[in-house]
Amino acid sequence: MGHVNIQDPELLEIERTGFDDHFHEHHHGDKYQSNFIMHYIFSMDHKIIARQFLFTGIFWAIIGAGMSIIFRLQLGFPEESLEWLKPLLGKWIVVNDGMGKLSQDFYYALVTMHGTILVFFVLTAGLSGTFSNLLIPLQVGARDMASPFMNMLSYWFFFLASVVMFYSLFINTGPFSGGWTAYPPLSALPQASTGSGAGMTLWLVSLTLFVVSVLLGGINYVTTVLNLRTKGMTMWRMPLTIWAFFVTAVLGILSFPVLASGFFMLMMDRGLGTSFFLSEIFINGQALDRVGGSPILYQHLFWFLGHPEVYIIILPAMGLTSEVLSVHARKPIFGYKAMVISILAIGFLSFIVWAHHMFMSGVNPFISNFFVIFTLIIAVPSAVKVFNWITTLYGGNLRLNSAMLFAIGFVSMFISGGLTGIFLGNSAIDIQMHDTYFVVAHFHIVMGIAAFFGMFAGIYHWYPKMFSRYMSESIGRLHFWVTMVGAYAIFWPMHYIGMAGVPRRYYSFEAFDAFKHFDDMNKFITVAAIIVFTAQLMFVVNFVYSIWHGKEMKEKNPYGASTLEWTTPIEAGHGNWPGKLPVVHRWPYDYGKDGREYIMQTEAMGEDEIAGDAH
Amino acid sequence: MANTAIHHDVDHHDDHHDDHSLEAKWGGGERPWKASYGKLMMWYFLVSDAFTFAGFLIAYGTLRVSMPAWPVPDFVFSSLPGDIHHKPLYFVTFMTFVLLFSSFTMVRAVQEGQRENSKGVVFWMILTILGGIGFLACQAWEWNTLISKEHMSIYNNPFSAHTEAGVYLEGDGHDIKEGDTFEAGEPYLIHKHNGEWHNLKYKVTEGPDAGMIKEQSLGPKAFGALFFFITGFHGFHVFSGVIFLIIICVNAATGLYIERKNGHEMVEKIGLYWHFVDLVWVFVFLVFYLI
Repeated sequence: MGHVNIQDPELLEIERTGFDDHFHEHHHGDKYQSNFIMHYIFSMDHKIIARQFLFTGIFWAIIGAGMSIIFRLQLGFPEESLEWLKPLLGKWIVVNDGMGKLSQDFYYALVTMHGTILVFFVLTAGLSGTFSNLLIPLQVGARDMASPFMNMLSYWFFFLASVVMFYSLFINTGPFSGGWTAYPPLSALPQASTGSGAGMTLWLVSLTLFVVSVLLGGINYVTTVLNLRTKGMTMWRMPLTIWAFFVTAVLGILSFPVLASGFFMLMMDRGLGTSFFLSEIFINGQALDRVGGSPILYQHLFWFLGHPEVYIIILPAMGLTSEVLSVHARKPIFGYKAMVISILAIGFLSFIVWAHHMFMSGVNPFISNFFVIFTLIIAVPSAVKVFNWITTLYGGNLRLNSAMLFAIGFVSMFISGGLTGIFLGNSAIDIQMHDTYFVVAHFHIVMGIAAFFGMFAGIYHWYPKMFSRYMSESIGRLHFWVTMVGAYAIFWPMHYIGMAGVPRRYYSFEAFDAFKHFDDMNKFITVAAIIVFTAQLMFVVNFVYSIWHGKEMKEKNPYGASTLEWTTPIEAGHGNWPGKLPVVHRWPYDYGKDGREYIMQTEAMGEDEIAGDAH
Repeated sequence: MANTAIHHDVDHHDDHHDDHSLEAKWGGGERPWKASYGKLMMWYFLVSDAFTFAGFLIAYGTLRVSMPAWPVPDFVFSSLPGDIHHKPLYFVTFMTFVLLFSSFTMVRAVQEGQRENSKGVVFWMILTILGGIGFLACQAWEWNTLISKEHMSIYNNPFSAHTEAGVYLEGDGHDIKEGDTFEAGEPYLIHKHNGEWHNLKYKVTEGPDAGMIKEQSLGPKAFGALFFFITGFHGFHVFSGVIFLIIICVNAATGLYIERKNGHEMVEKIGLYWHFVDLVWVFVFLVFYLI
């Protein structure tokens, strides 16, 4: 180890007591970070790949959220001219007598793309891709992912998927417009709508590449967690972030392949003329000679992914929230084991509730009963988690910084959105509620806003780990308050609109007298959405500016956190620790124990010390 | 790449303590199942692939039970090379045997690999590759027979089964003669002459429609589409397996794996894949040929 020059006292301590994996003996003459391209672009370092996922996710978030602003303008101000958008949208703004209107086809395309982009590219790749990559090796004490090469491929498949999807936004017939779930026949027959042609083909190609990316990533995360934990890091000593990423990856491995099988059959239906998902379809009064298939079959295959997918989105946010809450409340997380078991229970239950998305699709009502029961059972582990978060906060010495605010905001959003899930999970109430703005409000709060809040908490908290600088706290707090109040302003009214029966995805409600009195509410929602969107742009500016000009990180462990990622040097190089790996002696939540503010996981247990998790 | 990827096989340096307690296995700094990361990743890939195939087979089941009639496998798959007919499942039994035998030769290759015997590895892998190619050749013959002789495609399926008993009013010049009787569930194949389907007329003899004159109808299209799609998807797995087997066999022949001193782990990993492909075939065989 003579070539490793360490001065930092804590790292010297790791050198004295650590676990020698002989890493550096393999890496004499390591050309790993030899040039710009290998270091920043085709990087195999998990910390760089995490940042690549994050940047790409932010790029897509701006586009996806921007799309929602455009269709909100149509919904809030249908009588105003949108001609000023013509330079951006071109032929999709139709001008008649000086009145510019958003084309209806493009409205549906925007709604579809907004969903696809946010669900897959931002909240799956951007959230789990970023933080699984950043935190798994750092928090379990590994040099990198199990296969850094496949990890790199995982990002580049996501990148390819992004390129294809981005390209589809600009083609003549527009991107796919049949809803992010891509139900046949709109997705199976190229002649079904303008977006069903080339747009849908590109959508399918893009998402198939995305499935490959998720699998490459997920297989890596699971293997890393199981095989590469450092000495002393038992499963029960892993931070809740790692548990969340681990279960998320398992869900991905089990559910995305089923989506892929649906996609392959859809490709056959589109390209080769089979009828897996088609039956008894009339086009212009003509019966189509494509019979014997079942569109419900596609829905089953889709939602077998689709439901676990919402947990793939929310579990990482839950993990990040747990960690941030505990660190900044200066208290151990309440009920650590219950939290882990809840994550596992949610993961398991997520596979047996998918048909609650299909209560009104014509599935057997008796089968619906089964799905209602399991759906409602998910409330149990979810409630366990919520109560544990609140109990963690109770009596804590709270540091209300941006990360903490967003973590608390997550809990608020998760409660609000979770409660409406109890309504929708009942197949009888769903008869009224399905496909209304109530559903839109529910899932945006519980897995859209909440997941974003978890992500923001993670970004603010681990920003110094990623860029060795801090983001501006004052802008961060402003960002939180505008987003928190604004998000409720957008989605709270939607519950009422939805309960009144206003259907989602409609371009205009002009033809419905019954919905006239919601015009002002729609205006209000649109204005709130614009304000929230502006606040996000402020976040992006803060994020980018701070990379070069943020307050510099001077100490390795600025928050006094106990987990391993804060034992690496401020600018951790390839392999994360310059010498030996740290050895773990205790669980990750020894805060306020025995009169000390925090005890690192690397500190050996005292002679008479009772473990913090021994209850 | 070799100098950029991180080397995780820490155990070569570790003192091999024989502690099999749960704590030692899961306590960190140790691989819980003593399996390398590569082997674990192959397992997880196979799990995911199994779910893809499960999706297909569930689609198969869903569509099949929604149809009033379904072709009878003993009748559909009864041809042999040399224009031999009425030999139900003889051919598919042979090709299944070829594939399963290649699994056995694969096991021997892995075993020789663990003994660091490259020559043995190459010998048994070549047999495995031949088995894979043999299976693909059989599949090609089977597809060709169904498509060009019996005119089954993803669009049309001339195989079906009667849903009621009756008596034929005309013959097809092959197996069916005028006056032949049949029971409900009896299979038939509609022949194509000069590009026209030759649907035979028959009189229903039992049930509510007794006395009516009807015509054979083409079978469910889903049968053809599902058959070619699922066996094709499996065949593609076999094909890619053969490609990987060839690459790894060449690597073994050059002594690359001897240098790595890890018991020819690449051979073991492709072995896992190969057995998986065999296992999937057992399920495909079950649903298409047996049930």
